Formats: sequence, structure tokens, C-alpha cells
Amino acid sequence: MSTDTMALDARRHIARQIRWRPAEVIFWLATLLPFVLFPTHLVLASQIAITALFALSLDLILGYAGIVSLGHAAFFGLGAYTAGLLSKHGWGEPLSGLVLSALVAGIVGFAASLVIARFRHLALIMITLGMGLLLHEAANSASWLTGGVDGLQGVKMWQVLGQFRFDLYGYTAYSYALAVLFLSFLLVRRIVHSPFGLALRGIRENSVRMTAIGASARAHVRKVYTISAALAGVAGALLTQTTSTVSLETLGFQRSAEVLVMLVLGGAGRLYGGLVGAIIFMSARDQFSGITPLYWYFWIGTLLVAVVLFLPNGILGGLARLRWRRR
Amino acid sequence: MRKSLLGAFVLGLGAAALLATMPAAAQEPIKVGLILPYSGQFADAGNQIDNGIKLYMQEKGDRAVGRKIEIIRKDVGGIAPDVAKRLAQELIVRDKVDIIAGFLLTPNALAAADVSAEAKKFMVVMNAATAIITTKSPYMARASLTIPQLNEALGGWAFKSGIKKAYIMVSDFGPGHDAEGSFQRGFKDAGGEIVGSVRFPVANPDFSAFVQRAKDVNPEAIYVFVPGGAQPAAIGKALADRGIDPAKTKILAQGELTFDEALKSMGDASLGIITALHYDYTHDSAANKAFVAAFTKAYSRNPDFFSIGGYDGMHLIYESLTKASGKTDGESLIAAAKGMSWESPRGPVSIDPETRDIIQNVYIRRVEKVGGQLRNVEFDKVEKVKDPFKARMK
Repeated sequence: MSTDTMALDARRHIARQIRWRPAEVIFWLATLLPFVLFPTHLVLASQIAITALFALSLDLILGYAGIVSLGHAAFFGLGAYTAGLLSKHGWGEPLSGLVLSALVAGIVGFAASLVIARFRHLALIMITLGMGLLLHEAANSASWLTGGVDGLQGVKMWQVLGQFRFDLYGYTAYSYALAVLFLSFLLVRRIVHSPFGLALRGIRENSVRMTAIGASARAHVRKVYTISAALAGVAGALLTQTTSTVSLETLGFQRSAEVLVMLVLGGAGRLYGGLVGAIIFMSARDQFSGITPLYWYFWIGTLLVAVVLFLPNGILGGLARLRWRRR
Repeated sequence: MRKSLLGAFVLGLGAAALLATMPAAAQEPIKVGLILPYSGQFADAGNQIDNGIKLYMQEKGDRAVGRKIEIIRKDVGGIAPDVAKRLAQELIVRDKVDIIAGFLLTPNALAAADVSAEAKKFMVVMNAATAIITTKSPYMARASLTIPQLNEALGGWAFKSGIKKAYIMVSDFGPGHDAEGSFQRGFKDAGGEIVGSVRFPVANPDFSAFVQRAKDVNPEAIYVFVPGGAQPAAIGKALADRGIDPAKTKILAQGELTFDEALKSMGDASLGIITALHYDYTHDSAANKAFVAAFTKAYSRNPDFFSIGGYDGMHLIYESLTKASGKTDGESLIAAAKGMSWESPRGPVSIDPETRDIIQNVYIRRVEKVGGQLRNVEFDKVEKVKDPFKARMK
């Protein structure tokens, strides 16, 4: 096969990937259903959308570039505190708050990526975990700035677009979070289906060979890590803006771990894995903790064990395999 | 891919649909939404509050003003203001509760307060103890305590008992700073002098250097604040090792330092430590004896100040409903709660009509051996203490 046809193939491959499938359209139309079917669940829906965005940002580095992270909440928290501090000091405009939060998280993400890009696998777990814990502890001791354990007080958001205030039912919160999630998704979808996205997958599979064929693995990792950090920052800022609260837990280890679990549950490296994982994990948690407030962890645990046992590639991976077999 | 996505989404929706609707009863019950940590590291304290609530409802029945009281429990999992706020919103818009209650932890109470203020719902705080919480919603009352209430009372008492010079040692984190500030204020305002202070890391393994430093200044009393767990034993040991004699140098602290579990690990090193607390199961009164007997019978353990917060919080809800003749809106209930007074197992308590915070006695206790057991023995009290922090805000 000549290089010409190979290039053509790659282009055709990308073109095929980038086409919208009917299932995707249905998925996004279905995200509007809560407005009609569950109008009293919109606050939960908004937090699911925010978590889904956070999981999507992790998917970008874990699922596509193979960077394992146990400290991704660091960027979520940075975004959350940036939006919170802005509002506390007199700037409660949500959209510009999102942009600034993305900027702050992105800058810190870029600084971190200088280290991250030098390591792979297990070492990354330690480094990201360490960075996350350091930031958490720093925020704890800087209580003059962050409010410490009590959380940031005095967060007051302005109306979205000067029109919609964050209401008790969560109409604004969900509409806003969903819109931001969708736009971010379009961005991520564009990225992973670009030549850059293909290169990332190459790095995930074999970073040495990617370097050998002329794609600088480190530069690519730095880029994607920065983008992912900025997106996580947007998710954190959304949480601050829709709830008017910021706590230390936005930086906590549990948040990093849970988002990883959701992504694995849904299926990493599948674009929709984080979204599906967040929907299932958070709905299940809401239901289980409502039924048995004392023992719901047992059911969550059972669900996770079952998924890992029977669907090692996550729910989407399992369903894809099922479909492939049937064919 | 199409099937997989659709399937996954249907799964998610199905899970959410499970609890979507509930049949409405003919005679609508009054619904109380409880937001507490039932899982995670705060679960035990959450359960003790819940035990207090259950005991109250068992004793008084599950009806007030002729209507059934229905409790809806929600697990907040720990320090999670975003979750607490969402749960409060959901309880109000989805479950249509009339009252929200619970709240072990300050950040969660602060977040839910916004919802109480916006939805105009009565909110009862059953533990969270940071002073400012009740200022966040005009429909909120607190049935537990505030940190300054205990520590400023202790500071004032210390000066009156003859201590002129005190040293302060606290763990370097939020609650430690609060305790330090309020003890210092109570003590100084009374006329005492702080001769020195030190902050040490939260999980400090060895206190001997810090205790030695305090000893060198030769204060008449040392005020200590450390979190529960392994810390009380470590500091108790250091105090004994460095030869601090409780008869000469008084050790002062907030009540948690000498909880039963802490006393067990400290052993005789704890003898003579003076603490301030608003409730202990050994409190000597007929009401408390009956309460402790019923509590231990039901749950095979002693009640603690978490339980009394739940028990009195429930009392406040029942009595406010009765006084408001069954009206359940926030205005009527908070109006009913203001100024309400009753005889609690912890002693006489009332709700300050101005701050909606609890007014109660603060008991001064000393660790002594009673029948071979280490016990906190009450030997003095500061009566009817209002939260001093909000008194100053006026």
C-alpha cells in the first residue's frame, strides 16, 4: 500500500468517526427528558451533568492518552475555588467565571504536565495522588483565603445571561450545566477525532514507537493534560455556581477516586463512557441512599464488583461486545 | 454503538424512575427531612443524633397536633455542602417536606441554610456548632450548642475560680482556632492574662516539647484543644510525663477531651482535668436519669451530646408545631420556636428569641475516680449561657 492511499485511509477513517450517529442524537435529545419526566429531579440532574463533564475531562487523559490520575479533583477544586473567590469578591457573573476558572485550572494543569509528561503508569498514580493531597492540604491551611474546613462563605451568583436566576427547582442549574456539558463535549469530540486525537491513542498504546515515527509524546501529553485540567476546572466552577458553595471536598481524594470509578464503570476511551458512568453511578447512589441511608455503600459496592467481573471494559464496552458477538 | 448507548441510557433512566412518584395519603402527614451523615467517618455521630430522634418519637408517639410525623432520612456522607444543599432542595421540591433538620457538620448546615431561607422552611440544627450558622436563615433554630458558648463560659469561669494567668495549646486547624479565640476572649474579658500560646499540627504524635514550653512559663492553668481519637491520650501522657500537677496547674478543655473513650486511653493521667460541656450522661437530674435509662435500654449504649441534640431538636419541632396549631410554614414555626423553654435532660434550656440559638447551662466538670471508674464529675456550672458571639454582633 502506498503512503498516498494510507493517508487517504486515515482521512477517511477520521471522516467516518466524526459523523454523528443516530444513537448520539438520541442520547442528547434524551438529556432534555428530565425537564418533562422528572421536573423534581433537576438539581440531581444538574449535578450529574457536572460530574459527567468532570468524567469527560478525565477520559481525555486516561481513556485517550493513557495517563492514570488519582488526583484529578485538584483541577476540579481549583475551578471551584476560582469561581467561588471571584463571586465572593464581587464578580458573580457566571460565564466569565467559567472562563477564568478554566484559565486558572489550565495554567496549573500545564505546570503539572511538565512533570506528568515524564512518567507513565504506576509512577503517575503516585504523582497525581501526591499533587492532589498537597493542594488539598494547602487549601486547608490557607483558611484566610478558602475558609478552611467550613468552606468558602459568601458566594453569591448573578443571574445567568442576566436573565435566569438559580432557582430552587434547578431549572436554571440543569439548563446551564447541560449547555456547558454539551459544548465541552463537542470540543472533546472534535479533539479525539482529530489527527491529534489519533496521536494520543498511539501514545496510549506505545509511546516509544510514537516518538520514533515523529510524534513527540511529551508535547502531546502536555497539551492534552492542559486541556483536560481546564475542562475539570469548568466542571468545578459549574458546581460552585449552581450550588453557591465551595468546600475542601471539591479537592478531596474521594472526588478523584469516584470520578475514576464512574469512568471505569461507563467505559474509558469511549467518549460517552464518563457520561454514562456518571448517570448510572449517581442515579444508583441517589436511589440506594434514599432506600437505605445506612447501608447503601453495600449496594454501590455490589454494582461495581458486578461490572468489573462481567463487563471488564465498562458498561459501554460490554454492550459493544454483545452487539459485535450477535453480528 | 447505537444499541449500547440507548441501552445504557434506558438503564440510567429506569434507576431514576424507581422512586419518582409516591402515593399521597388521605390525611397528609407532616414531613420532616433529616440530613445527616449515615455513612463515612461521621456515621457514628450521625447515628447518635438519629437515636435521640427515634427515642423522642418512641416516647411521645409519632403524632403531633393530631397529624402523623413522617421522617425522611437522607445521607450526606460527610463534609459535602453541595450534596447537603441538593438534598435540602430535593426534600423540599420532591418530597414536599415541611421542616428540614439534622446537620452534624457546619459546612452542610451553612449550605442548607440558603435553601431554608429561600423556601421559607423551618430548619432545626441538631449539632453543627459554629456560631454564625443561625444568621444564615431567619427560619432556623438551633437545639445543640455553639463553640463560643462553651469556651467563653469556661474562660470566664476560670478567672472567677481564681486563675489569673493561663497558657493556650490548640491544634492548628479551624475548630482549634475557634476554641482558642473564644476561650481567650472569655478569659481576658473577665480580667485574666494569657501568658503564652502554641499551635501544633493536627495529628501530632508527641506533645512533650510543647508541654515543656508551657511549663517553663509557669502558668496557673493550661487550656487545651485537640481533636478526638489518639490525640487526647498523647497529650494526657505528655502532661503527666512532664510533671504537670493538676492540683497546681489546672488543665482546662472543651468536653470532648475527656469523653469516655478518651478517658480509657488516657487512664489516670486524666485525673483532675477540668472541662466544660453542656451535657453528659452522668448529669444528675430526674429527667436525665429517665432519659439515660430509656436510651441505654433501646440502643445498649450511653447517650452523648449528639443524642441530646437530636432529642431536644425533635422536642423543639413537636412543640413548635403544637404552639403554631399545626401550621407548617416557616414564619409560624419560627415564631412559635422563639422564646420556647423546656426542661431537657441536660437541664433548663430555651430558644433565644433574638438569635434563635439555644440558651443553656454550661457545666464545669473534673475527672475523678468514682467507684474505680474515671468519670467527669460536675462541680460547678455557668447558668443560662447565650451564644456570646452573636450577642456581640448586635
